[in-house]
Amino acid sequence: MEILVCVKRVPDTSENEIQLNAAGNDIERDDLVYSINEPDNYAVEEALQIVAKTGGNVTVATVGGEDDEEVLRREMAMGAKQGVLISDEAFNGSDGKGIATILKAYVQKNHYDLILTGIQADDGAAQVGGMLAAMIDYPFASLVNSIEVLDGKKLKVSREIEGGNKEINEIDLPCVLSIQTGINEPRYVGMKGIRQVASVEIPTFGASDLSVDEGSIGEAGAKVKRVDYFVPAAGKGAEMLTGGRQANIDKVIELLKAKGGLN
Amino acid sequence: MARIFAFITHKNGLADDSAFELASAARRIDSTSSPTALVTGSGSELDAVCAAVGSSYADVWKIGNEKLTYPNAELVRKALIQVLPAGAVVLIPHNHFGIDLGPGLSVKLDAAFVSDALGIDGLEGSFLKAVRQEFGGQVSAHVRCDISSGAVITIRPGAFKPLELPALNGTVLDKSAEIGALESGRQYLGTIVAESGDVDITKHQILVSIGRGIQDKENVAIAEELAEALGAAVSCSRPVVDAKWLPKSRQVGSSGQTVKPKVYLACGISGSFQHLAGIKGNPFIVAINKNPKAPIFQVADLGIVDDVLEFIPAFTDRIREVSGGKTNAAGVGQ
Repeated sequence: MEILVCVKRVPDTSENEIQLNAAGNDIERDDLVYSINEPDNYAVEEALQIVAKTGGNVTVATVGGEDDEEVLRREMAMGAKQGVLISDEAFNGSDGKGIATILKAYVQKNHYDLILTGIQADDGAAQVGGMLAAMIDYPFASLVNSIEVLDGKKLKVSREIEGGNKEINEIDLPCVLSIQTGINEPRYVGMKGIRQVASVEIPTFGASDLSVDEGSIGEAGAKVKRVDYFVPAAGKGAEMLTGGRQANIDKVIELLKAKGGLN
Repeated sequence: MARIFAFITHKNGLADDSAFELASAARRIDSTSSPTALVTGSGSELDAVCAAVGSSYADVWKIGNEKLTYPNAELVRKALIQVLPAGAVVLIPHNHFGIDLGPGLSVKLDAAFVSDALGIDGLEGSFLKAVRQEFGGQVSAHVRCDISSGAVITIRPGAFKPLELPALNGTVLDKSAEIGALESGRQYLGTIVAESGDVDITKHQILVSIGRGIQDKENVAIAEELAEALGAAVSCSRPVVDAKWLPKSRQVGSSGQTVKPKVYLACGISGSFQHLAGIKGNPFIVAINKNPKAPIFQVADLGIVDDVLEFIPAFTDRIREVSGGKTNAAGVGQ
């Protein structure tokens, strides 16, 4: 099976405090720690586990710039056969539909039996996979937390729904799935693995290579634009304890007793 | 102004709470709007839901088909694109169904897509201003969306309070004949109900809940020791389950358990809305997180910026000193 996984390099929210910049039009990007978007990493691991059983190859692709090559190499170190950088100044400012349009152009120049994305990235929109599927008329399922290959033509997938329940679906190939975290245990990537793929060539494709429909990409094609970032006026907010650790602990105990949580 | 539609999700013949929240969100887009409810399904359950949402929607479009008995988003999308007029603004709850339906529907309607809106600041001409969150809820963003050719907007559950308006007497219009044949490359086979775990976290008065900040499976033990000292149970947020440090049955959140404790100790939990959606009953929330910007501090009653790996053992020691080894009766399960 030929599998494409669409990935994104994002600020690692578990490693960073996200702050606004002085102008309020972006976050402060200096000194941010970037990494592969976590759900995308699960998607790559899932793809690798599938081809280990069925044969085939995993390709990882990202829409971005030179800096984003590092996440492609990281995923290649995990075992993806090829990394693809889809990059063009004309892509800057694209909204979700713009990104899906760019990926559609790439997908139509190639052949994939299965296309995976992570469920969502740093903007929390959970949109590109479902848009791409609709654009190329492939069946789609989101929030996928298990995949079983039934034969060369169908998958059995479960979706994470409310209350920890699972919705089971049969889905025809080719299809697009967006992958939820926890579907597997992504393998560890060491520095050695990354060094081994450091010199592998990563092909780059631009707008003209892919015959992208220019009307729906970039700033001009975006129907949805971010105006600004802001920190919402704090609601009630927590009473912050600012004493030393022991003083804080004693205060918590005092309040727990007052609230009937401790006797 | 474009016509606004609200997609009603329902189960066992009962409309989801979001049905009434969407009616409220529609009026934030246009205070004079009279949104139309879209209800798909089949049989008597469909009729019951159509009748029930008529109290909040003057117009209810009923879209009945055996194949829509279970809401397979692929089939629902195909049905909706047959009935929706050009330029429609469609509101859908941002839950597992809305995430499945919204993006593809926006493509097929050639409409703008705004995901997970938690605020709407109204219209300026054909531009809608909405509020979203990015970076795991650490910052908010205003987005400006051109709705001149329609829009699909998924609405965060719980973000819009239902309106207290006089009950309407909605008219149900049967659109079932307009949807044509429904085929999809995706078939719903069934639902597997979550297994109950070794510990029922929904029955505990005190929860020691751990998140990514616990860092390693070995460190779960310090939370268990604190829980024991407090007569509590250990629950967790999604990253702990993803890493297989605790079973799914311990997860609090929209895709896990809904809990109603008296006291909730959020230890190293950032506080995503999906997690918070699982905490009901207004417990006393104590948050310990080393990131002072963690969203959990917005909803907690008491906040401490500290490393949970050091705070928890110190807290456990102090509880043991204070209690003199007695069981904390307040923590005993319901």
